Amino acid sequence: MAFINIKNKEVQAKIVYYGPGRGGKTSNLEYIYQQFRDRIPSEMVSIKTHGDRTLFFDFMPFMVGKIKGYSVRVQLYTVPGQVKYDATRRLVLKGVDGVVFVADSLSVQRKKNLISLKNLQTNLAAYKKDIFKIPLVLQYNKRDLEDQGIPVLPIDILEKDLNQQLKVPSFPASALKGDNVVATLKKIISLTMVAFQKGLT
Amino acid sequence: MASYEENSVSFTENSLDQRQLEEIERILHSDLISNGVHCVLLIDLAGNIIAKDDNGASRIDMYSLAALSAANFGAVEAMAKIVGEEEFALLFHKGESESLYFGKVNNELLIITVFGKEISLGLLRMKVADAMEHIRKIWRKF
Ligand SMILES: Nc1nc2c(ncn2[C@@H]2O[C@H](COP(=O)(O)OP(=O)(O)OP(=O)(O)O)[C@@H](O)[C@H]2O)c(=O)[nH]1
Ligand SMILES: [Mg+2]
Repeated sequence: MAFINIKNKEVQAKIVYYGPGRGGKTSNLEYIYQQFRDRIPSEMVSIKTHGDRTLFFDFMPFMVGKIKGYSVRVQLYTVPGQVKYDATRRLVLKGVDGVVFVADSLSVQRKKNLISLKNLQTNLAAYKKDIFKIPLVLQYNKRDLEDQGIPVLPIDILEKDLNQQLKVPSFPASALKGDNVVATLKKIISLTMVAFQKGLT
Repeated sequence: MASYEENSVSFTENSLDQRQLEEIERILHSDLISNGVHCVLLIDLAGNIIAKDDNGASRIDMYSLAALSAANFGAVEAMAKIVGEEEFALLFHKGESESLYFGKVNNELLIITVFGKEISLGLLRMKVADAMEHIRKIWRKF
């Protein structure tokens, strides 16, 4: 649930990066953080294990700029992808306005993507939100591994597995190199803003 | 960026009108900041800041504090359920010079105060309780 402050002319929206463990959610935020220091007014907050796995979430605000006189601030979060952290994952999803689903392109992770997407649907439903209605973007991450001869799933397989019914915008990406990380972010921001607009009626 | 219609002032569920916001800010100031609280935040459970105030001397990253507080509150509430409680009444973290006190205003709102030695915990709890009562009244109207 986004919040609009009419007095200070500010909009806050919550965007959550979801997906299987080690898929690259935190890496997306790290790249954004490096690229946009001028738009990120504070440090990135990460609650993680010693092994750098997300334990609760990563968080950072991102200043989008002015839209119709309102300064728009999106709060970017990641969830912990590991299956066992479902309770905390669900907490992070509270009040979410838009979701980026970061899928792992590695062939060996095919099933994990499906399980995680199903889990997203379940956890959204716990907040009475519909995966078919919420602003959602898919990202097929780790495309760079293809160049190293590591087996990755072809895009059409990923589309068939994950996006056949959803039919949402999707991006092949590399969070490590930064390919399409910004395009993914721009897309989810724009979808989220359009959804606010519809919420008016 | 997406296109926007003109004059779309409130394109979401959660929006108070200017007068309500001003009233809330006045309460935060008179009940809490005037009594020595360093910084106060009114947030929703998603971690969005609804209103904030400080004594002018605090250098706190309020947005991170809001995100962490909402998550922490959610985690503690989930723990309460696990042991069979509806919720834990007192949420308080005491530090050497800065302390934190959380209050649940209603099912949607949390109040977070950052305070030091200028104010006792007893007085603070009373003032926070007053402020929460005032805010509930305003929120109901909206
Ligand atoms: N080659 C390659 N490695 C990546 C890419 N994105 C992430 N990684 C690596 O994958 C590992 C996991 O990345 P994270 O960003 O921590 O993954 P996560 O989704 O946040 O994982 P959890 O916090 O456990 O849910 C790290 O070693 C990253 O460096 C990518 O695009 N290409
Ligand atoms: Mg992570």
